[in-house]
Amino acid sequence: MTSSSEVMVKAEGLRKSYGTVEAVRGVSLEVDRGQVVVVIGPSGCGKSTFLRCINLLEEPSAGTLQVGDRLIDFGAKHSMPRGRDLARFRARIGMVFQQFDLFPHMTALQNVMSGPVIVKKMSKSEAETVARDLLAKVGLATFADRFPRNLSGGQQQRVAIARAMAMAPEIMLFDEVTSALDPELVGEVLDVMKQLATDGTTMIVVTHEMAFARDVADQVLVMDAGQVVEQGRAEEVLLRPTNPRTASFLSRFHSTIGERKA
Amino acid sequence: MILAAVYKWDFGLVLSYTHLWAKGLGVTLAYSVGTVVGGMIIGVICGLLLLVRSRWVTLPVHYYVEIFRCTPLLVQIVWFYYALPIVLQVELPDWFAAGLGLTLYMGAFATEIFRGGIISIDKGQWQASRALGMTGGELMRHIILPQATKRMIPPFVNQSIIQLKNTSLLYVVAIPDLMYTGSIIVSDTFRPLEVYTSVAIAYFVILYPLTLWAARLEARVDQ
Repeated sequence: MTSSSEVMVKAEGLRKSYGTVEAVRGVSLEVDRGQVVVVIGPSGCGKSTFLRCINLLEEPSAGTLQVGDRLIDFGAKHSMPRGRDLARFRARIGMVFQQFDLFPHMTALQNVMSGPVIVKKMSKSEAETVARDLLAKVGLATFADRFPRNLSGGQQQRVAIARAMAMAPEIMLFDEVTSALDPELVGEVLDVMKQLATDGTTMIVVTHEMAFARDVADQVLVMDAGQVVEQGRAEEVLLRPTNPRTASFLSRFHSTIGERKA
Repeated sequence: MILAAVYKWDFGLVLSYTHLWAKGLGVTLAYSVGTVVGGMIIGVICGLLLLVRSRWVTLPVHYYVEIFRCTPLLVQIVWFYYALPIVLQVELPDWFAAGLGLTLYMGAFATEIFRGGIISIDKGQWQASRALGMTGGELMRHIILPQATKRMIPPFVNQSIIQLKNTSLLYVVAIPDLMYTGSIIVSDTFRPLEVYTSVAIAYFVILYPLTLWAARLEARVDQ
């Protein structure tokens, strides 16, 4: 293993525009191995778009992006990977979505096996071992043979996390993964994410869960109107914001941030 | 009313042409199966082409579909039978030229069914597959098509049922299908009432079980 300060993701001046609308306006971010970065901000601020730029689900219009040793310069021609190259780039990055997006024609186990089997061409028996381990880790060992429609939202999201982890990604992206869940199911998903963080998984998390940001984040990024308006250590940004826009956004969550952990 | 009361139905004579009826039925079924299979192959190919991001590829396919959807099938059959060989300056076998319009017509609808099935799959399925690192081919084969095929089956069956009925239009280019065979027997027996009633019953007997089956398929997919 290399030193703990190894840079896993480095974005510089990342921009994404749709026609004349610019959703992300020059965002820079550096994530070290094992770090948890939480991105917060009002809805429509571009935080999800920024996240989707990192695994190139959205193609940035300008800036540079480095993931591991792969550097992409969106200003240069032919720098953006295509086809199989693009697929390989994404295979190193795990992503979990708001709507879970499990494959409905596969069981929980098959969902978790899908990446290793289809993308990595791993043998089924080997992939099953990996998948069963991960299902156990997210607390769903006994649900392996259930189809997504027979699982609760929280269970589906935990399967989705296991599915992404099965690719042994270098970094995990979480895009508002608890926003579609009933309140009583949010906790089980956040617990899994906390466990991943404790295990040293490098994570970028877009969320509205301020308590999670406070407890888990090494670095908090506050975005507004496509730009980073504040960035720093979690307690500084969340409890003593210097930017008025951050302060006004956070005031809506004060009760949740205020309760210090025991 | 008076005529109906007086008319003496006699199916015996009409039905005694068993050999001709059997041949006609065979031709109808052969054209149905042939043009449906041909149309489905066209549909899969064109449906996949529609997913290509280049307009140079999608636009011709789009025009093909619209031309066949927006002109009457009868006109298509006649045009491909009489006009195409002249336009292309080639000699096509009659049976082939006759089936061309029907096949391309089925192909146009099959293209739409195929495309509809693919795009009905939730966007989340595509992004989740891509995020895992699947290539376009992998996500199509393992994620999208297994789900989409299920949704395509009922409309394919329905279109095939319509297609079987449509083969009766081959009558105009003298292909000896069920309908044309009927007209031959009419000219021999002067019994049009019995003949065309028999023809109608024959189509119904073939198609009614198929529609029941289609309805059951649809119910199963909806679950």
